[in-house]
Amino acid sequence: MSSTAVSIERPQSRRLGNFDLSMPLFLALAAILCVLVLLPLFWLGYYSLVDRTGSPTLANFQRLFTDRAIRRSFLIALGMAASVGVLSCVVATPLAWLVARTDLKGRAFIRSIVTASFVTPPFLGAIAWEMLAAPNSGMLNVLYRWMFNLDASAHLFNIFTFSGLTFAITCYSFPFVFTLVANALDKVPSDLEEASAILGGKPGTTLRRVTLPMVLPAMLAGTLVAIVQALTMFGSPAILALPAGFHVITTKIWSFFQFPPRLDLAAASALPLLVVTVLLLQGQKWLLGRRGYTVLGGKSGVPRRTALGGWKWLAWAYVGTILAVTIILPYAALLKTALTHTIAEPLTWQTFTLHNFHFVLFEFSATQLAIRNTLLLGIMSATVATGMALVIAYLVARRPVRGASLLGLLATAPIAVPGIVLGVGLFLAYANPTFRLYGTLWILLIAFLTLELPAGYQQLSSAFRGVHPELEEASRILGATRLRSLWQITAPLLRTSIVAAWCFVFIGTIRELSATVLLTTANTKLVSVIIYDLNESGDFGAISVLGILLLIVSFAVVFVANRIPLLGGTRG
Amino acid sequence: MRTSRIAVAAALGAVAWSGAAIAAAPAPYTVTPDLVEAAKKEGTVVYYTSTDVSVAEALGKLFEQKYPGMHVQVERSGSERVYQRIGQEYTSGIHNADVIETSDASNFLVFKENGWLTPAVPEDVAKLWPEKDRDPDGQYAAFRATLTVLAYRSDLVKPEDAPKTWTDLLDPKYKSKIVKSHPGYSGNVMTATYALSKLLGWDYFKKLGQQNIMQVQSSTEPPKILSQGERPIQADGNEYNVFILQEKGVPIKVVYPAEGTSIAFGNAAILAHPPHPNAAKLFYSFMFSQEAQQLNSDVGGLRSVRPDVKEKSSRTPLSQIKVLMSDPADVRDAVETIKQKYEEYFGT
Repeated sequence: MSSTAVSIERPQSRRLGNFDLSMPLFLALAAILCVLVLLPLFWLGYYSLVDRTGSPTLANFQRLFTDRAIRRSFLIALGMAASVGVLSCVVATPLAWLVARTDLKGRAFIRSIVTASFVTPPFLGAIAWEMLAAPNSGMLNVLYRWMFNLDASAHLFNIFTFSGLTFAITCYSFPFVFTLVANALDKVPSDLEEASAILGGKPGTTLRRVTLPMVLPAMLAGTLVAIVQALTMFGSPAILALPAGFHVITTKIWSFFQFPPRLDLAAASALPLLVVTVLLLQGQKWLLGRRGYTVLGGKSGVPRRTALGGWKWLAWAYVGTILAVTIILPYAALLKTALTHTIAEPLTWQTFTLHNFHFVLFEFSATQLAIRNTLLLGIMSATVATGMALVIAYLVARRPVRGASLLGLLATAPIAVPGIVLGVGLFLAYANPTFRLYGTLWILLIAFLTLELPAGYQQLSSAFRGVHPELEEASRILGATRLRSLWQITAPLLRTSIVAAWCFVFIGTIRELSATVLLTTANTKLVSVIIYDLNESGDFGAISVLGILLLIVSFAVVFVANRIPLLGGTRG
Repeated sequence: MRTSRIAVAAALGAVAWSGAAIAAAPAPYTVTPDLVEAAKKEGTVVYYTSTDVSVAEALGKLFEQKYPGMHVQVERSGSERVYQRIGQEYTSGIHNADVIETSDASNFLVFKENGWLTPAVPEDVAKLWPEKDRDPDGQYAAFRATLTVLAYRSDLVKPEDAPKTWTDLLDPKYKSKIVKSHPGYSGNVMTATYALSKLLGWDYFKKLGQQNIMQVQSSTEPPKILSQGERPIQADGNEYNVFILQEKGVPIKVVYPAEGTSIAFGNAAILAHPPHPNAAKLFYSFMFSQEAQQLNSDVGGLRSVRPDVKEKSSRTPLSQIKVLMSDPADVRDAVETIKQKYEEYFGT
């Protein structure tokens, strides 16, 4: 009792001499978040409701329904996204079960490598699959014809199809389902499964009637995330759907930017995409919010692991196939293409060449600038976003100011804004003679901050729930201000989460293409955009080299970030 | 008294005449040591281009060799993308680019109308360029000419089986065998689509759209797709990229149909607000020099307007090819129709 009395007394008397920054911080952050999130959306709404002369009209929305091409692109995108969602779930769930609930050897390694595959930008994966599975020149098709001695018209895969696109996106969307389901499986209480076994349920029955229903919300939630990812993706459809002769909604929106740009139509088509994303994410939140009964017996010991016995070969084949398809084959294709003159050549001592490396590193004038910009923006976005997320998560968790939870809402809101929609909105908001941010790195920084803040915030807000406020209170009792105790006490305690959030944002920035492609200019080129430009002119050798550089740099930054003696890392 | 009046009238006349001359085209400029010095102080020239990236970079390197200390920043994209980029930048008040070059001549009419170009006439252009290949007001001139050609892999398609005319491509036996680039990306293909739609009617494209073609963006790409073996026939694509690949030993053959092949004149210009005005002038003048144009031909396989450029004997001379000329103003007026029809027949 007396201790609480002291903790109430002392800070108040202190506050007179040592101003508490909570309120101004709260106001500043609220203002920044409003500008970041609401301003582009406001302009999006405004432009969708006016015609080219600026007078109000509903014609843009009317056109959405009457224009066959727009309607078709929207329906194809929905169909593609739904297929990606279902396929991701079907592929990821058994894999999650294998690593979480069986005695499979190397399961921890598999888990970390699937998570690491998150570093591959989806557009790079799509290009790699173009090299592997183009119907005639694709390496896998060439191999197939050679193995079975077939004529030139035979092919096993054609990546330039609706199903090819679905497949290529699934390769880089299933980790979302995997992570959610594996985490849920970790938490399934073993007593319920044991009860089922005692009552005579065979392992199969237990799995089907007890374990699966309990992770069903996680499966559905993961599926919805994969659907949102696929629906809002720009790079992979632009690379694979356009050669096949169809548009999805994101590529269609981007085509409205051809000069003279139809900003009104771009804005109008972006809004339904925004609505669908919001609905899907609301559904996901609702599903995860109901997980009460999964957590119910959460502390009842270690999860049961199923002994695979003779099935382990099948399990290994399954894991091996997934890793081959998502990581090994694409990376090998990039490496091979980087080291030969054309895709068609096999890699031998005769065809081996460093020509592509020489071109990218010494002849191609955009390389250095793009790598510098990418690194600069990645590090800046990650640092600023993590800093903001930390303060917001603190304010929301400790609620020193009334209405702090509003900040949490604002910080998570951008998750529903597809990159291309934000790109359009930011272009409308900042590419005018008043702001003139278009053409500078600032507009990209704003875009990345807005897009990546939710990831950083979610990471840190869940971390805050695990830290009891008593240590901070002690520090405050001893006279530290809120900021000082946040910096000296809380931040070091959360070091792992902070570094993880930082890496998340950094990788998210490297992977981004959909907003970037609308917002870059010659002086603000990023590696992702250069890769995209090179793909449009078919320079696979250069793409492969840049892609490999991008991956090496990303891994290096993540590696270093985890080892920097930051936030008291040296002391503890 | 009378003589002085005449003198005044003559002076006024002279002023009026020279004024008119300035409005028409500025006096040709030469590369003076002062210009080189001023350009070197600026150090960099930003070059927006739609020429194949390897050719554009080679041009940049030649310039850097000739003027040590200068750096050329090459920004390569498709003509229509460069057009979009300049449009976005200039309407937003951003002036990044010094010199621009694309294969869609109709876009230069728009640039000129909007006042986005600086009039400048290098000495060589004034002396050697035919009048039809340069703007009467001196705002741009033809840097290159590109044919958009039909071609095939001679090892995968027998000569007797190869298409010989545009309409041959509609034969069912070529289904799934054709690669084609996009008029919404490439200025060459925009021009060629205009020329062929006039020559053969839109029905040709409607039927071609049913041939299950592989749709790529840049007109530099179909020859590369042919060299990969991804498709054996290109319905359109740059002649110069075919030349580049032929010289690397890739078995590709160009077909020049009797009906004619579309030619597009790729103009170059200095932008209205170049961040490096002197470097821009120096580079612009260099682009039309004998060595630069010869490099375009030798390394790039591009056709040149300049009379003293020697073409390799392996290439069919332009004089022996029936070309389809398109008036840039007509192409400009047809752009919306072309894009719309194209999407209807080809899906994107």
